[in-house]
Amino acid sequence: MDLALFVRHDETRWEIAPHGAMRVPAVIYATEDLIRAMDDKVYEQVTNVATLPGIVQASYAMPDAHWGYGFPIGGVAAFDPDHGGVVSAGGVGFDISCGVRCLHTHLRVEDVLAVQKALADVLFYKIPAGLGSTGAIRLSHTEMDAMLAGGARWAIEQGYGSEADLERIEEHGQMKGAKPGNVSDHAKKRQRDEMGTLGSGNHYLEVQKVAEIYDPEIANAFNLRENDVVVAIHCGSRGLGHQIGTEFLKRMAIAAGQHGITLPDRELACAPIHSDVGEEYLGAMRAAINCALANRQIITHLVRQAFAEVLPKARLSLLYDVSHNTCKVEEHEVNGVRRPLYVHRKGATRAFGPGHPDIPGVLRPVGQPVLIGGSMGTASYILCGTKEGEMRSFSSACHGAGRAMSRHAAYRQWKGRQVIDGLAARGILIRSPSSRGVAEEAPGAYKDVTEVVDAADAAGLARKVARVEPLVCIKG
Amino acid sequence: MDSHSPASARWEHFPHEADMGVRGIGATREQAFEQAALAMTAVIADLSGIQAQTPVDIECEAPDDELLFVDWLNAIVYEMATHHMLFSRYEVHIKDRRLSARAWGEPLDRERHQPAVEVKGATYTGLRVREEPNGQWVAECIVDV
Repeated sequence: MDLALFVRHDETRWEIAPHGAMRVPAVIYATEDLIRAMDDKVYEQVTNVATLPGIVQASYAMPDAHWGYGFPIGGVAAFDPDHGGVVSAGGVGFDISCGVRCLHTHLRVEDVLAVQKALADVLFYKIPAGLGSTGAIRLSHTEMDAMLAGGARWAIEQGYGSEADLERIEEHGQMKGAKPGNVSDHAKKRQRDEMGTLGSGNHYLEVQKVAEIYDPEIANAFNLRENDVVVAIHCGSRGLGHQIGTEFLKRMAIAAGQHGITLPDRELACAPIHSDVGEEYLGAMRAAINCALANRQIITHLVRQAFAEVLPKARLSLLYDVSHNTCKVEEHEVNGVRRPLYVHRKGATRAFGPGHPDIPGVLRPVGQPVLIGGSMGTASYILCGTKEGEMRSFSSACHGAGRAMSRHAAYRQWKGRQVIDGLAARGILIRSPSSRGVAEEAPGAYKDVTEVVDAADAAGLARKVARVEPLVCIKG
Repeated sequence: MDSHSPASARWEHFPHEADMGVRGIGATREQAFEQAALAMTAVIADLSGIQAQTPVDIECEAPDDELLFVDWLNAIVYEMATHHMLFSRYEVHIKDRRLSARAWGEPLDRERHQPAVEVKGATYTGLRVREEPNGQWVAECIVDV
């Protein structure tokens, strides 16, 4: 993008003054290089969000911002319900509560290297991945509603994990205010056989080694040392969330005019928080958050089973579980007053700083773990929320690397087998049902996640704690 | 850019940073919708490998052409997901704001079809349905994968 479009406030804060229908400024956090490389559509989308009713403070974009649909991917916006604020189905997206869960295995890298291939094979066998894969669980109508109300807590009650897992999940594993009755039969039907499945596209399950520690004190609180082995699970609410997003997007797009809302882009479809469709969406969206939390909990159970077969001495405990496509009610300080806001994060991770009451006691002195996924050939990062993030971005940070190349261009450039062999030569084992899928997800098709993470750290959105590198990747 | 052209009707993909654009072009609005559905299926798997064996009926309704187009694509996404099928032939009829269609396909075979990615939904981004000055209809939008 053209730097002349912005007022640069400091090294990493780029502001667009309100103009036209914008109610607040737009702010992008990024380095100069990242801003230059960003698509012009990010400018259009981040300023469009600034026009929505009831938006508070600014429309934000994280360092990994890229062209999304409606909101930019990497977009953050908060709305005040008492000032006509809206909830936007487009601002959450189709993959409601897509997120990353990180499990510590209490193993060292040498333990895994000895059985790396067997571990990759067992994980691939156990965890349903890719289009058309189905889980072993079939829920009755009553069980489906219980799952949508209970989230990871429901899954644990069914035997998929233990009570101790819950405190390391946002919302303690159960999103309150979920209304399973607001979820359509179509959405429930799409989920019928998809519980405990990874999905496809950029979703993955990785076994990773801790390659480098940047902040020993926080790493210690996270119980991370160099050469420790962790597991990352990246997936969301599957067909149920996709269907809810689809249905409410249409309803909100049609109803916008009746609510007196002018949409600069139909994909920004939204409704007043205090409206029938707004409240109905919130109940359904929260049910989808629970679906995602239950899904990652069931997958965690399958991962534990896989490790028990290959490496019985492993003990898999949660570091944390974050969601990066959500709308949540949080208290934030605006102009010196704390008030509840509806914070939309679309491809952005919540990053509460030290002392926040919503993070578990043992982590509270340091802050919330922020889990950032990279590509299957590079690295992922573990960061930690900061105090200053509260004022800068409603406690939000980036969520991943972002693509550098379309899927189509990647498929033309690489063959799946070539990608798999190249990574195997570097000690990274890929297992996937789709060769074309692997080609489209080739590491070279992604931006450098390190640059994005360094920018988030420099901007004070989150603090860099550790870099992790893949040993095994199950790709959907 | 990928394309496929039986007679004048054809489909294309157009690039989007993270997702994929699908475009159908035809002599009528119906043909453009049919072609765009093929474009969306081609995001998932190679069309030439999908047998048009079993028909499934699809109906949808929306207040304008653009919303109807997205509804149509999303109805296909739903049918693919719930029937575990892929389709390679579509026949669309539109009357007023109501679309009724038939899609022909076969059960998904992961070995044979090698599906690359699942389409989560069709979006209102990059959405256009219009008749060009040359009389051709174009229907396009970004699909989220």
